[in-house]
Amino acid sequence: MNLEKFSYDNQIVKLFIIATVVWGIVGMTVGLLIALQMYLPALNFDLQYISFGRMRPLHTNAVIFAFVGNGIFAGVYYSLQRLTKARMFSDLLSKINFWLWQLVIVAVAVTYTLGITTSKEYAEAEWPIDIMIAVAWIAFGVNMIGTLIKRREKHMYVAIWFYIATFVTITVLHVVNSLEVPVSLFKSYPVFAGVQDALVQWWYGHNAVAFFLTTPYLGLMYYFLPKAANRPVYSYRLSIIHFWSLIFLYIWAGPHHLLYSALPDWAQSLGTVFSIMLIAPSWGGMLNGLLTIRGVWDKVRDNPVLKFYVVAVTAYGMSTFEGPMLSLKNINALAHFTDWIPAHVHIGTLGWNGLLTFGMLYWLVPKMWNTELFSKKLATTHFWIATLGMIVWVVPMYWAGLTQALMWKEFTPLGVLQYPNFLETVLQIVPMYVIRSIGGALYLTGACVMVYNLYKTARQGSFVANEGAAAPALEGIGGDSKKTHRWLEKRPIQFALASTVAISIGGLVEFIPTWLVKSNIPTIENVKPYTPLELEGRDLYIRESCNSCHTQMVRPFRSETERYGEYSKAGEFVYDHPHLWGSKRTGPDLHRIGGKYSNMWHYLHMQNPRTMSPGSLMPSYPWIIEQQLDTEYTSAKINVMRMIGVPYEEGYENQAVNDLQIQAQEIADDLLDSGILVESDKEIIALIAYLQRLGTDIQVKQAENK
Amino acid sequence: MSAIVVLIGFSLTVATGFLIAFLWAVKSGQYDDKYTPSLRILFDDTSPTWTTDISEKKIADDNSSQKSKTNKNKKNINN
Repeated sequence: MNLEKFSYDNQIVKLFIIATVVWGIVGMTVGLLIALQMYLPALNFDLQYISFGRMRPLHTNAVIFAFVGNGIFAGVYYSLQRLTKARMFSDLLSKINFWLWQLVIVAVAVTYTLGITTSKEYAEAEWPIDIMIAVAWIAFGVNMIGTLIKRREKHMYVAIWFYIATFVTITVLHVVNSLEVPVSLFKSYPVFAGVQDALVQWWYGHNAVAFFLTTPYLGLMYYFLPKAANRPVYSYRLSIIHFWSLIFLYIWAGPHHLLYSALPDWAQSLGTVFSIMLIAPSWGGMLNGLLTIRGVWDKVRDNPVLKFYVVAVTAYGMSTFEGPMLSLKNINALAHFTDWIPAHVHIGTLGWNGLLTFGMLYWLVPKMWNTELFSKKLATTHFWIATLGMIVWVVPMYWAGLTQALMWKEFTPLGVLQYPNFLETVLQIVPMYVIRSIGGALYLTGACVMVYNLYKTARQGSFVANEGAAAPALEGIGGDSKKTHRWLEKRPIQFALASTVAISIGGLVEFIPTWLVKSNIPTIENVKPYTPLELEGRDLYIRESCNSCHTQMVRPFRSETERYGEYSKAGEFVYDHPHLWGSKRTGPDLHRIGGKYSNMWHYLHMQNPRTMSPGSLMPSYPWIIEQQLDTEYTSAKINVMRMIGVPYEEGYENQAVNDLQIQAQEIADDLLDSGILVESDKEIIALIAYLQRLGTDIQVKQAENK
Repeated sequence: MSAIVVLIGFSLTVATGFLIAFLWAVKSGQYDDKYTPSLRILFDDTSPTWTTDISEKKIADDNSSQKSKTNKNKKNINN
């Protein structure tokens, strides 16, 4: 037997570990900031850059793609090398993967702060960043596949399969969800509109949870949990069943995010059915994880790593039970748009992703630095603070969600809404928001304790950048096709480029149906494209991420039509690139806001919401009052919109700015009549124009019919 | 709903890809042994004499010298 000597690349794992820790602290701090802003709106200090709408996507992206993302890479780069008994395919690709990913994160942080966003949840990055993400991701995938080709272990351990599924599926999701046409370097519109855009968005959004927050972490669980317990996984056979059933079911569950929306009913039911079926593999995985500790539960008593894993896997079980329950229409009717959903999400993120990452780091750092953990006691303290923080976070949010949902639906015996003022239902749950922020602060404190502990551990140990190992070459894999592998090994960049081309061709072929299949959304005659001013106002709505707190989707319930007006119909959104349905009602739904209040009301409300609604938690938007509307790209926007199917007449782009000014002047005149002097070129005018237009198209028809 | 057609197309493609991968895994004997792989990951293949920081070049040299040795051995046997 020919024993080959080689070394594992620990340096890249170290870089990813540092990035995980740093971005984790950043992401959680931003999370704490927005948790505080939710009851102290003045905490943005009237600075547009840190207002809630811009910080909320920054928080979600930072914790998902920066904290968990780097955690995935750290864990995969460590375990994949050991599982394949091979060094990573290319050190250069590893470095490209690392540095480009960090560049993406910085670019995301800067652009979101500046209000450059597509508004699509968990994919708010504009198109140049989307391309960077794709390159970094493909570098990762090629590196992984290259390593698999040159592996010295024939059997691919179940964790590897989870990693492969992660790479393949996220690639497809990212490409489809990022199909957009650029207006400028920092602005694009998605090719899909309204209900279609919403469906693509939640097909992506759901599967991002499935294939970014779940499958890679299951892979990590199957490697790091048995390692920490020094026990083989409870049932390897079950783990194989777990993997294959999970990936075949997950991708169909996305529509459960759009229950009771304008999405066709059969698609909603499809989403529900697959969501329910998902309980089986998810719980199979949870039980497999927990039962791995069978016989060594006493180790959990004094091993902080196992403590983290036990609660992490339990949290996975809880949230994968809750998810299918929430996709039942009757439960969804109550929970959707309320704080119940953030609670559900945070069981998954704080519990499953967070605690599993912490456990992994507490195991990896001593191992890679050849030392013992600096303080077991501190790690245990971290465990208890984190678990307590999670509970203090989620319990008040479940309470808040349920309370508010019941208040929204409450009718008096005479059949009118018990709480017609939306604000009343918000003020009711403010104490819950306060408690939630305490939970978040606890969780962040725990993470800071970990940083100190890990730093001390690294300081007392000695890091080995290239860990030597030896394993026999694999016959068959290393034998027959060795030539090709040698050729590939020397050409990582060519290999990467070739894969990118192959993936792009596949994507294009798949995309052809879009142009061949005609849309069958019922079009409503009265629904007209936005005027240039409304379009610009809509882009301001996107810039400030108003959709973080306001939905534009009145569901067909009496409690909603009484409160907001006629329920939303698919045909009303055909020109909405992107859709702005939102997923959370921190404030009321805005789909029927048009014409409800005067221009003056909107002006004063944006200036300071509390003048019009005392006690409101909405931040003030003084900058929208003061800033001039940028009309540089108005014509280009009209052009792009026409290209993606909005019927603006040929040549309208030349007239657009002129029309915009005329409409702006009308609004400015109306405001002047109400005693407010404002120039017609301010941003507020465009925003008012958009808000006044919202949901009014079908009202015209009803009025005419009468 | 062209978007649904696109999404179902993509989802089916991904699912088909995984189906092929599954069939390959079964056929190529990946799952013939459903127990030892879970044990094997528990052992580290880093040998105690070999855990110090080491340059890739030295490893390459070592591997090639070892190879020439085994080749020589093979030749001897053949002779």
